[in-house]
Amino acid sequence: MRPLSRPFRLSVVTAATTVAALTAVTGCTEKSSAGADGVIAVTATDTTCEVSKKEFPAGHVELAIENKGSKVTEVYVLFPDDRVVTERENIGPGTKQKVTAEVKEGEYQIACKPGMKGDGIRQTVTATGSGKIAERDPRLDKAVASYRKYAQAQADETIPLVKVFADAVKDGDVEAAKKAYAPSRIGWERTEPVAESFGDIDPKVDVREDGLEEGQDPEKDWTGWHRLERSLWQDGKLTDRDSELADQLVTDLEDWQKRVGTAEITPTSMANGAKELLDEVATGKVTGEEERYSHTDLVDFKANVEGAEESYELLKSVAAENDPELTKELDQQFAALNTLLDKYRADKTGYDFVSYDKVGEAERKELSDAVNALAEPLSQLAAAVVK
Amino acid sequence: MTEPTGPTEPTGPAEAAEAAEAAGNAQAPTRRALIGWGGAGLALGAAVAGGAVAVARTGDEAAPTAGGAVAFHGAHQAGIATPVQDRLHFAAFDVETDDRDAFVAMLKDWTAAARRMTAGKAVGDGAYGGLPEAPPDDTGEALGLKPSRLTLTIGFGPSLFEKFRLAGRRPEALVDLPQFAGDNLDKARSGGDLCVQACADDPQVAVHAVRNLARIGFGKVSVRWSQLGFGKTSSTTPEAQTPRNLMGFKDGTRNIAGNETDRLKKFVWVDEKDVDANSAWMTGGSYLVARRIRMHIEPWDRTSLREQEDIFGRDKGEGAPVGKAKERDEPFLKAMLPDAHVRLAHPDSNGGATLLRRGYSFTDGTDGLGRLDAGLFFLAYQRDVRRGFIPVQRNLATDALNEYIQHVGSAIFAVPPGVRDADDWWGRALFTGSSTKG
Repeated sequence: MRPLSRPFRLSVVTAATTVAALTAVTGCTEKSSAGADGVIAVTATDTTCEVSKKEFPAGHVELAIENKGSKVTEVYVLFPDDRVVTERENIGPGTKQKVTAEVKEGEYQIACKPGMKGDGIRQTVTATGSGKIAERDPRLDKAVASYRKYAQAQADETIPLVKVFADAVKDGDVEAAKKAYAPSRIGWERTEPVAESFGDIDPKVDVREDGLEEGQDPEKDWTGWHRLERSLWQDGKLTDRDSELADQLVTDLEDWQKRVGTAEITPTSMANGAKELLDEVATGKVTGEEERYSHTDLVDFKANVEGAEESYELLKSVAAENDPELTKELDQQFAALNTLLDKYRADKTGYDFVSYDKVGEAERKELSDAVNALAEPLSQLAAAVVK
Repeated sequence: MTEPTGPTEPTGPAEAAEAAEAAGNAQAPTRRALIGWGGAGLALGAAVAGGAVAVARTGDEAAPTAGGAVAFHGAHQAGIATPVQDRLHFAAFDVETDDRDAFVAMLKDWTAAARRMTAGKAVGDGAYGGLPEAPPDDTGEALGLKPSRLTLTIGFGPSLFEKFRLAGRRPEALVDLPQFAGDNLDKARSGGDLCVQACADDPQVAVHAVRNLARIGFGKVSVRWSQLGFGKTSSTTPEAQTPRNLMGFKDGTRNIAGNETDRLKKFVWVDEKDVDANSAWMTGGSYLVARRIRMHIEPWDRTSLREQEDIFGRDKGEGAPVGKAKERDEPFLKAMLPDAHVRLAHPDSNGGATLLRRGYSFTDGTDGLGRLDAGLFFLAYQRDVRRGFIPVQRNLATDALNEYIQHVGSAIFAVPPGVRDADDWWGRALFTGSSTKG
């Protein structure tokens, strides 16, 4: 008897076992590095950091960490320039932890940090490209490539829409600017986790007033869509400052357009990005905080869901093999949420949604429930993809 | 997946990982403790099979481990006659799906999770050690905590029977509660298709349980409302002192105790004589009434001691009924004012109507006016509300206490009998139609 069906991982594990068995039969070497010879034992004490081997094949590696010291430690795998490949914090004295990572050919450092302080005790290790690099399922590579294209297309399509918005602001045409505001955000909202991976752009274009840091002046330092949203809906007038902000918004988003193609995207980041989009909905849109002046939250909401669905659709064929129950559930929950959202727009192809301040408490609860119903199984998508 | 039968000593990293995986981050503080519970569990199994539930619950109490585990399996659900724990997290849910199979699958998942959590184990594969790319099965805030006598008790509301076309199986005794004098019910704090009562000696353990069940339920059910409670206001252990409510008074001294087998049978458990073939699934169950009773704390605190004591019909220090010396002295009702609370609530004033109360105090901070949002979260179990809560509450229409309280939330649930064994699940008899008799 299986004690838990969805949304729990037991079914994923069961499916994975089946896949592993098949792999063995067909002689595929894809998972071979996860076997005994792929494990690097890391023994940490308060003064040492021993590794069982300093050379290993590139691909999927597993660190079996044991803390024999008296202090809590953490273990890092680092690129030569100290960027983190993977890490595990809070490894208590006497405890064991497993960390896995995908590493390319090259030199790395493994660092143990007893007391979780300082640069740690380091060992240089080498991942060799001896032809044993675990190959990723080509369908996943294809999914990443398609998603990269999608993210680029969203940025490309956003620029002209932002220009329409910016021009209206500069013309001082409040009505036209109001109309162009929400559509100008759709591409960004669809690909928000990718857009946010460029940490410097998001705070310039999408920050809300309460997101400003201490010491920042809302009049001088607050830029982007929501600052203009306030001018349009709260102040009801446009100033010279707003014209400057409109130009700045276009410039910042063109920067995004140029860089979006370089974003680090993996199958798991796509899957978890889909879940993050739902989290955006759950924390900002359902409450009406995101678009507090314009009340166009449902447009962002829909765009977030569309972006999540895009990731999901691209990963679905692989996920469905590993965990068919999960994809069945996700199909059902995406459909349910979309059906619910359709109640708030007359034209099912357009983005003319009901103003969120007209959405009552009970209806918001219903939307929130539907988001939870989708986001919970969606959080299992990454596991279903990597197995 | 099979339940681990006991801790194993890991011999190497791989074995350690496997052991952790198999145990799902089981929270067994010591080997001795685990063996202790296992032993209690076996003894309980035997006792329950013989129908001696009170004995079984006494067994729980006598378990060697403080904060230990209460047996999940039994003829009746734990959390009713179980000695009242210190903390409560009560949640009412609405069903979101019309897919009966999906709902049944959730009830099975809930049962499996409840079975683990009440034994002090983490849900599913645990809170750590799983795939790094996925959120853990268990949320983890109860790791390292004792089982804390966690009990999880499920109930089905009247509306559930409509949703799944089970109207024919709705027990006659599961009536919609009438409007009572003075009710000011908030819909957002009332009703629900089903409920879960989580009681534990550690609030974090109770909250963890409801949080994990809510998480498993997403897409099938959503939380309609919930209530945290502290400071049990009634006792189901006769030797214990009756705890005080937030008005500072002992109330419910004559509550049914967990070992009073005869009174439990007479007033709490649904008997097979009470039900027809369609509602036979309720045999061994009970009916739960939940009421959120707001207290007008500040006006109460400005009330003279004499008025306070007159209102309750007891003295404030000892809790003795009017004219008597000790809390447990038999009250002489006629010595009390006609509108005294104890006089009106007493079985003798209600044709013998008796409830098993296990309410909790609550305070949810203050309202916008700076008044303490506090009171009594009243929970009462009975064999038939038409002979239990309803007549008593009607009789309380003239209660002098009403000036200082207001009922603001209300719900009623049919609480099915206990989960019998590892193959059984919450609501099985209702949803599969097989009889629970025998």
